[in-house]
Parts: sequence; C-alpha cells; structure tokens
Amino acid sequence: MTIHEFLVPPSVSCQRTGPNDSIVMSSRVRLARNLKKQPFPSWAKKPDRLRVLELIQPAVQGLPQLAPHFAAAMDDFTPLDKQILVERHLISREHAAKGAGSGLVVNQEESLCVMINEEDHLRMQALRPGLQIKACWQAIDALDSALEPKLDFAFSPELGYLTACPTNLGTGIRVSAMLHLPGLVLAEEITRIINAANKLGFAVRGLYGEGTEALGNVFQVSNQMTLGESELQIIERIGKALNQIIEEEENARAVLLEKKPKIVFNHIGRAYGILANAHTITSKETMNLLSLLRLGAELGLFEKLNRSLTDELFLLTQPAHLQQQHAEKLDAEGRDTLRADMLRERLRDVPRPQAPK
Amino acid sequence: MLCNVCKQNEAKVHLTKIVGDKMQKVDLCEDCSKEKGVDDPTSYSSEDTLLGHILSGEATPTESEPATEATVKCPTCGYSQADFKKAGRFGCSDCYTTFGEGIEGMLKTMHKGTKHTGKVPAALQQSRAEAQKLKLLQKRLEKAIAEENFEEAAQLRDEIKRMK
Repeated sequence: MTIHEFLVPPSVSCQRTGPNDSIVMSSRVRLARNLKKQPFPSWAKKPDRLRVLELIQPAVQGLPQLAPHFAAAMDDFTPLDKQILVERHLISREHAAKGAGSGLVVNQEESLCVMINEEDHLRMQALRPGLQIKACWQAIDALDSALEPKLDFAFSPELGYLTACPTNLGTGIRVSAMLHLPGLVLAEEITRIINAANKLGFAVRGLYGEGTEALGNVFQVSNQMTLGESELQIIERIGKALNQIIEEEENARAVLLEKKPKIVFNHIGRAYGILANAHTITSKETMNLLSLLRLGAELGLFEKLNRSLTDELFLLTQPAHLQQQHAEKLDAEGRDTLRADMLRERLRDVPRPQAPK
Repeated sequence: MLCNVCKQNEAKVHLTKIVGDKMQKVDLCEDCSKEKGVDDPTSYSSEDTLLGHILSGEATPTESEPATEATVKCPTCGYSQADFKKAGRFGCSDCYTTFGEGIEGMLKTMHKGTKHTGKVPAALQQSRAEAQKLKLLQKRLEKAIAEENFEEAAQLRDEIKRMK
C-alpha cells in the first residue's frame, strides 16, 4: 500500500472540525527526543542513522495508539510523495530533504505523526483540527510515556531532554497553531499582532514554518522557549496568547464589516470572480484568493460554499497535490492551467457571493 | 633585549599596541613568535590575545591552553567546540556534559530559565522518589538512635534494608 492509498483523501480530511476552526485551522504539539550515546542525526554517519532508525521504528510501530499506521523509510518515498506530506503538514521541509536512515510513522487519522532522524532522533507530533493544544499535548504525552520503557532517552535532571539544538532543550516541546487571519491582514493590524506575540516569546511564521511566507493569510504561532517552564505552563501561556489573537481577528472582521463593508465584499467578490473564471493561475495567487473565499464562507456571503471546500481546494491546488492528480509530469505553466481548470470545475455550482441586504 | 616568553633568546619580533593613551609592547624571539602564530603580520587578532595575556599578567597562552580549547572533543561522538560554533547544534547528548560549562549564558538568552521543570521519565521519577524516601528513613533512624528509641530504630533499619 502506498501512503496515498493509506491516508484519507483531502475531501474527507477537510471535513474534520474543531473548536474555533473558523480561525484556527489546526493545532499541533511536538516533542523532541534523542537516544543516549548515539550521535544526533546531522552529526551521525549513515550507518549510525540506520542503526538508530532500526532501533526506533519498531518501537514506534508497536504502539497501540498509532494503529492503524503507515511506516516507511524516507528513501522509499519519491520526491513527489515527500512534497505531498509537506503540503499536508505531516513532515517538515527539513525531513522531506532526508533520505536513507530517516523514517516516518503516521496514523490514518493523521493525528499522530513521528519523524525519525529529523534534526533529533525523534520528533513526535500530535495534530488536531481547530484549537486543541491541550488535547494534542495529552495525546503526545501518552505516546512519549509509552515509548519511554522501550527506548533509552537522553535526559538530564538539570537540563531535561537533551536535543541537538539547545533551543529545544528541556521539555523539547513545540506548541503551535495555524491561524487564518484575513481580518487582521485586511485591517493592516497584523504587524502589531506579530510584534506583540514576539514580545511574549512566541514565533510567528508562514504556512510551512521557519522561513516561509504567510501565503493565504495563514500564520503559524509557536513557543520558542522550552527550558525553565513546564509543558503545561507553556501550553497555558500560548493558549492565552492564541485566544487573544482569535479575539483580535474576530474584532477586526466585525469592525471591517461595520466600517468598510464595500471593501470586504469587493475583495471577496473579486476573489470569487478570478477563482471561478481563470484559465491559468499560480499557486500563490490561488492561496491568497482562497483565503478570501474562506472568509466569505465564514461571513455567510455564499449560499453553497462550505469552509471544507475552500480548505480542500487550498490543499489540492498546491503543486505536489496537483501533480499527483495528473499522470504526466507538469511544468509550472502546465500546473497553472490545470489548477485553473480544477477551480472552475469545483466552483461551477457555487453561486457568486451576495452581500447581505 | 630578551624574549618576553622564553626569556632566553634575543627578541626579534616587536609588537606594539596603543589603546587610548596607553602603549603596550611585547618582544619575542623568532621561535616563540612562530609558536604563538604572530610571525604572520596579517594575524592581528592573535597579536591582540597574546598582548592581552602577557600584559595583563595572566599565564601566557602556551600551546596547551588555546590548543586544548580548540581540540577538546566529545569522548562519545568526537564533536568539537568549533563544530558547535559553526552549526549551532551539538553532536550527541553527551556533548552537554563535555561542553556544559560554557552554555549557561547562552541558555539564559534562549529560555525562561536554565533548569528543567517539566516532564521527567517515569523510571527516573520513581528512583528519585525512592531516594527521597530512603533519605527520610535514614534521618528518622538517626533521630531514633539519638533518642535511644531502639525499638523504632530496629524497625527503621529493617525497612531501609528492605529498600536497598
């Protein structure tokens, strides 16, 4: 079975709902763990990495929490497979660049995903739709505890879990949420929010994490400090910050609708016009316009448009997903045409947006 | 003029550094200057350190000191301090012991604190709890003996024996 046959299609996965999912697209908690006496992946030679992979992968696969799961070595994936996993946010771009000696175990729900030999020997993550960082923590904490008796984790009573990069030292935890913030972007308040979050010690990044653009008005907010606070303290602190950002986004949307409704309807109407009628369109433009369509769906401007459809299209129109639906190898131009064809087809039955009377 | 370092040979290399209104001078013989790496006129930075060391009355940086710092390698994985400076990551978990002394300042700038207060592996937590209990029993035993409460002392002694 291939990973694509194993994972549920985006049309199904995008139906999943969670608290505050009009703004919070997904929550994630990841833990970094390493084995004692083994060189970290980036310093390890290939035989070392293979040995670590052989130690860790069976231990992870034996966990009942992960059933049913899919497991593979990174060199078993084609570059296209890897890119699809990145687009689905199951693996990092760094992990996608790995080959022999690295591995992946993911469950069918896509709620638990373990990267082996990424920057650390183990990067385990729990994912949930909407704002559910606490549930994510509980799930990954349980997974970690279940692995503990099977693997000899590097731990120091003073410094906690020892990681390749000292920025992850201690708890090894990274709590993050993917936020859709078109209101704050349109209201030009996003910079203020990002600065405020940075001041509190949280990083705000683009769609695919470190060093990526905030395409489609999607921002990833995560903790940066991992030592000197317990996991629950970190979760509580970032939870508060996230709730504030959610409130700010709701306010921004409400104020925009009240004070500049024409501007909002204009953006959404034009986005619909282009997406439903274009014959060639780039992935970047698509994401930015789909963000406005998603906003329109949230504001009730569309009669027959569910958020799940905009989210599905958001995924399906990205380069690797698009290529996967097409047998021949496409160049960027070919993809732009195919993308536009798909969007016209999928939006054919969606009537244009109506401003409320 | 004799060399400042070996104090035996004639000094042939003369370094002068002026900071503010103060002048600092070091005179070295050819051998010593080569050893310190100051025979190359472009290596100003090494002159600086050398001047600093000699003139501040600190131990002269003989080959052992700078050499060891640059070549200390993690006994487990062979990683060096220079590797860390380049990559910003360590080579293995034992590197935290090998290079542990210098990292506290760095951790302070990165994190809320420098001591782990989060999750502890269950096995470790258990042994920690046991160690604490043992300590408590030993204290009570000492107290019982001091108070000549031998019956309790015997009980405590047995309990400690069982735990060990």
